[in-house]
Amino acid sequence: MKTRCISGVAVALALSAAVTLIAQTPTPSAGGQTPPAGGQAPPAGGQAPGGAQTPPAGRGGGRSLLPKSINAPDIPYKVVPNFMKLPPNVYMGEGIGIATNSKGHVFVNTCAQQTRNFEFDQNGNFVREIGKDLYGFVFCHGIRVDAQDNIWVIDEGANMIIKFNPAGRVTMVLGRRIGFPYTGMEPVVKELNPAPNYIFNRPTDVAFDAAGNIFVADGYGNSRIAKYDKNGRFVKQVGSRGSGPGQFTLLHAIAVDAKGNVYGGSRSDQRIVVFDNDLNYKTVYDHVGAPWSLCITPGPHQYLYSSNSNPDSQDSEIHKVSGQIFKMELDGTVLGKFGVPGKEPGQFSTVHGIDCRVDNEILVSEIVEWRFQKFILQPTAAQGGK
Amino acid sequence: MKYSRLASTLLVAGSVLAGSLFAQQRELTFDSAGDFLSLPADIHFGEVAGVATTSKGNLLVYYQGGGPNATIGAARIHINGGPRLLEFDRTGKFQREIGGSVPNNRPYAFLFAQGVRVDPQDNIWVVDRASRMVVKFDQSSKVLLTLGRRLEAVGELGSSGVFGRASGPPGSGVPGDNFNQPTDVAWDAAGNIFISDGYGNARVAKFDKNGKYIKSWGATGAGPGQFNTPHSVAVDARGNVYVADMGNQRIQVFDNDGTFKTEIKNVGSPRALCISPGAQQYLYSSNSNPTEDPFLNGEIYKMQLDGTVVGRIGRAGKQFKEFGMVNAIDCREANTLYVAELMNWRVQKLTLKN
Repeated sequence: MKTRCISGVAVALALSAAVTLIAQTPTPSAGGQTPPAGGQAPPAGGQAPGGAQTPPAGRGGGRSLLPKSINAPDIPYKVVPNFMKLPPNVYMGEGIGIATNSKGHVFVNTCAQQTRNFEFDQNGNFVREIGKDLYGFVFCHGIRVDAQDNIWVIDEGANMIIKFNPAGRVTMVLGRRIGFPYTGMEPVVKELNPAPNYIFNRPTDVAFDAAGNIFVADGYGNSRIAKYDKNGRFVKQVGSRGSGPGQFTLLHAIAVDAKGNVYGGSRSDQRIVVFDNDLNYKTVYDHVGAPWSLCITPGPHQYLYSSNSNPDSQDSEIHKVSGQIFKMELDGTVLGKFGVPGKEPGQFSTVHGIDCRVDNEILVSEIVEWRFQKFILQPTAAQGGK
Repeated sequence: MKYSRLASTLLVAGSVLAGSLFAQQRELTFDSAGDFLSLPADIHFGEVAGVATTSKGNLLVYYQGGGPNATIGAARIHINGGPRLLEFDRTGKFQREIGGSVPNNRPYAFLFAQGVRVDPQDNIWVVDRASRMVVKFDQSSKVLLTLGRRLEAVGELGSSGVFGRASGPPGSGVPGDNFNQPTDVAWDAAGNIFISDGYGNARVAKFDKNGKYIKSWGATGAGPGQFNTPHSVAVDARGNVYVADMGNQRIQVFDNDGTFKTEIKNVGSPRALCISPGAQQYLYSSNSNPTEDPFLNGEIYKMQLDGTVVGRIGRAGKQFKEFGMVNAIDCREANTLYVAELMNWRVQKLTLKN
């Protein structure tokens, strides 16, 4: 109950702050003051892409920080408390990545004293650590599991994408770790343009299509999506730094749908850029805030989740207008949003990873509170909903 | 139509050209034993720099793992790594870790893995690039000999060259005991020690079997007896010294005293050498792919000692039977090669079929 009340207050605060920031934007038709059991109040009326007025500029160099779809309906949700159990003297660091395999096992990637990856079973019991003391772990940035249950870890510091088989053994690596001066790989602090086919510059994420092609978001240093075949051979790439069609400004997340379309999350200019499987530009979604993390559900009807995470810069003004996860159709139509910034269970402290293998069962990893949470959207009465 | 005729003409010409190249460089058929090494649960290879067999067929593997050195990620310092030296039996079963699993207990020379070799008496020699040392262990992993010295501190005020007493400025290096990023070690029948040195220097240093410095030859350059990153060294039964002159894309051959004899070209950029034992010796050399392209080059050449190519083995790539920067070759057993790959983080066991 406490959580719900806090959530409601936080929503109210956030909304009133948003109203203050953007006087010309219509206020939501229903507030979140009295949340129903099991979640937050669903305000009436959703919002399609482009349906909102453009808010005036906030902090951030003339760009609005407020997602155009801020008025999308709230999706009722419930947090599953303490769903992962750690052994004694094992601590999470910052929660960077989270993913599940076909058995429902949960894999988390955390920036602790060093990068660590933990596996839990479907009941949240600790199973093992994966890749302990690995050479390729310098600065964690995420974890994904492919359709064959291989585990892929993204390391921003080593500039590598590392593939583990389901047994937890390395079977392929992409990129090469900076081993200055001994591998000739020097730290790069500028964009490489054109980017070398096989060398990353602070990569951020990885995704796969049905044929097993590999798509790497690269990343902080470069601004491109690189496509490789399933054996790691370079196919092609797209992107440069900027906010034009097919460009990125901090390409921070990537997801691929069942048709092979590729969605790149351009975080700093708040766009999701969509390409076909050959990396031809298709469209852009610019109404759901900064896409820190993306996830596309499996199954015949796919949904796209994007987290407009409250930044870890802890800017209180930005926190007022960020923190929610948007649920969309693949065409960008917003179905709803959920979550508010905060440190309480059920709130978000900078979401950095999303898993959505089961629709409406959303796992998130969070940077600031060193944690991973599981959310049930649209909870039934049995799940604690109304 | 004109264009398609031109295209087919070119195609034919290309096929003929390719065919003639194939005729010169026969593809050897071979198999890979795949994932044949069984590691303890929490030990994972990083870049595998060296592999060598003992007379019993045990395998030594020296690789760059996580360890006690600090690295700077894009924004923060992480403590994560160092070289590890593992031994496996001939079936690939893990036997032991030399130096143990506690980083601070490992030998002082373990800083950045470059290579491991086993001499005819089954002593284990580790070459470490960053500590600039070559260390000889006996089978009980006791240290018998150290060559070179790990950098202690910056030099005294006004001293020339790089930190401390390691070496002079890059080039030929000081003709003496200390190395600047050494790369490999080999022995002749009398037990004399030959060390390729290396990334910082451009020379081969010869020591007697007790580690007493005898001589050194070479300087930076592309002429006979000069080197551009001498990356591997091997000695044949007659005592001739073969040096992988990687940056100059050739193997240089010297007599036992370092007098230039000949060079072998057209085998790419030799990164790793091995000369097989026995009456009929073969020379193997890896034309390793560059970092920038894991699918370029990558093949291993099998040659007669005079440089005549018997055939080529494999190609670059990430699958088994493909190679990702082969940094070491072991060829103790006829028709069996063990190769260590930096970029694929593994050891492959290859069986040559013809």
